Amino acid sequence: MRNYAIKRLLLLIPTIFLFTVTMFLALQLMPGDYVDALVIAIRQQDPGAEIDVEQLKKEFGLDRPMIEQYLDWLGGVFRGELGVSMITGRSATQEMLRRIPITFELNLLSFIITCIIAIPIGIYSALFQDTPLDYLGRGFTVAGMSLPEFWVATMLLVFAVLWLGWVPMVRYIPFTQDPIGNLKQFIVPALIMSLPAGGLVRTLRTLTLEVIRQDYVRTAWSKGLRERVIIFRHALRNAMIPLNSMLIPVFLGMLGGSVIMEQIFCLPGMGRYLLSALTVRDWPVVLGVNLFYTTLGLVTIVIVDLSYAWADPRIRYD
Amino acid sequence: MIDSIAKVSVATEVRRPNPFIEFVVRLVREKPLGTAGAVIVLGFLIAGIFSELIAPYPLNEIHIIDRLEPPSSNYLLGTDNLGRDMLSQIIYGARVSLIIGFSVVAMQTVVAVLIGLTSGYIGGTFDLVVQRFVDAWNVLPMFIVYLTVIGMIGSGYLQLILVMGISGGIGGARGPRMLAFWVKGGGYYESARALGANTRQIITRHLLPNVMPMLIVAVTAGIGSVVLMETGLAFLGWGLPGQIPSWGGMISGDKRIYMEGAPWMVVFPGLVLATTIFGLNVFGDAVRDLLDPRMRGGVGGKVGRFGGIQFKAKEKALARSKKKLH
Repeated sequence: MRNYAIKRLLLLIPTIFLFTVTMFLALQLMPGDYVDALVIAIRQQDPGAEIDVEQLKKEFGLDRPMIEQYLDWLGGVFRGELGVSMITGRSATQEMLRRIPITFELNLLSFIITCIIAIPIGIYSALFQDTPLDYLGRGFTVAGMSLPEFWVATMLLVFAVLWLGWVPMVRYIPFTQDPIGNLKQFIVPALIMSLPAGGLVRTLRTLTLEVIRQDYVRTAWSKGLRERVIIFRHALRNAMIPLNSMLIPVFLGMLGGSVIMEQIFCLPGMGRYLLSALTVRDWPVVLGVNLFYTTLGLVTIVIVDLSYAWADPRIRYD
Repeated sequence: MIDSIAKVSVATEVRRPNPFIEFVVRLVREKPLGTAGAVIVLGFLIAGIFSELIAPYPLNEIHIIDRLEPPSSNYLLGTDNLGRDMLSQIIYGARVSLIIGFSVVAMQTVVAVLIGLTSGYIGGTFDLVVQRFVDAWNVLPMFIVYLTVIGMIGSGYLQLILVMGISGGIGGARGPRMLAFWVKGGGYYESARALGANTRQIITRHLLPNVMPMLIVAVTAGIGSVVLMETGLAFLGWGLPGQIPSWGGMISGDKRIYMEGAPWMVVFPGLVLATTIFGLNVFGDAVRDLLDPRMRGGVGGKVGRFGGIQFKAKEKALARSKKKLH
């Protein structure tokens, strides 16, 4: 088990390295770099401006050979510097450390809400299969999954202004300054992000349905155990094993969706950082943000695999 | 010898009614919600294919005097900030969603089948490495990947289809891999082969009937999520370029200043999008329930159905609902 864990963690290093190379190559292939975007921006303001593109590229270090730029960036990564923004000249690591808590809080809140909604509905739906309760639960989940988050959010903002005269906060309130104001600001986008909880409900329903048809549940039943004991101790505990490792990917999936919510509700998280960097082709930041997400994802999958063994004593890794 | 056996097996085959008609009848009879979904999907298809015939105004036609007009007999769903008829734009938007949805899913299927089948057939270390890669790919936040790649290579039909098609295909390589194992593993594939069936017969009589349900479900569910992704990207301004009407682009952020005065600009495109996704979802669910061989024939008595167990609380709930019906 320990050897397996070490092996998996060591394998992460070449994987992430390969990822950075691919990303870097792709970024080099993209039409236009930061200077080109800058030149277009300047020309829009002042069409007759005299710009020395070569000089600009030299200043930003974009005229150097690719391999040199890459090694330069990679060296930075080893020093804990994921990239230096070409616009602000600020460190991407510093900027991300400021933004990660915001994205994390938003996702955590929405994740908790999703679990609170999805777990009971999924299990009840299975236990009461084909009853009105089941149909009701499934109806809600399909409806939730069909509502586009960005539409619900926009509708909310537009009609809140029209009917209630309520304008959402444009300025971000840190938790340490005003916990209640902060939660107020986060709860609406978090609720909207929980709309696709239906996917989890479905999986849970299927899992529970499979488990309650197992032989050991029938055995427990026939030896006269109380219903509550069968459901909670025998059925649900077994249904929870795959769930354990399923929840983490659900959380990771949310990270992607939070880009839209951050943009709509003006939360200065990672998603908005990536969006603004993409708009001006600030590639060190784009690279840094993607490196962060990839590493997070890859580390998570290792943890998920190991948690299988931890949660289910039947699985052994060698 | 072998030929004669093959002929016998063909001759004794039972004539079944047209499977498509049989399927439609079962859908209408057993799945009312799924039928509603099918109607929505049909409407979506018709709107997308015959946009020119249905839309009251040509694409992007600007009526500058009537800009921000509320819904009226001239403009059933009102006009937007440029004076374009919302209804026409939404109908043309269906075409965009349709093109993106179908071509991305087609691309995804091709990529998934290529990766899955080769990985499954070759097996061994190659299979292991490919599966690790697929696992790792599945934990990346896809929206971030799409945004980054679209941000790098620019937006357009081809780019969107390639990006979403390839990455979705990698993620979906599991199913075809299992298929390869199934074919390799023998079972009735080998029996059919031993009976002298040729490759074409194996594919049409044995492989396709087993794969089709899986494929139909994957495609219907896939189109929904692809359309959602595309509209999400368009909403952020990273979808298709300017003049192409996407449902996501119609409610995109920079138009919010007009929406407070003209709420129909946000209500209708989203409503149509949500209805379409809902239709695709429930239709996909119904198709899965009807076609998945594992779900077939499961309707037995009370005992057989739940592995011998009928929870008391549930029995009560069932009794209650029956009482209400009578």
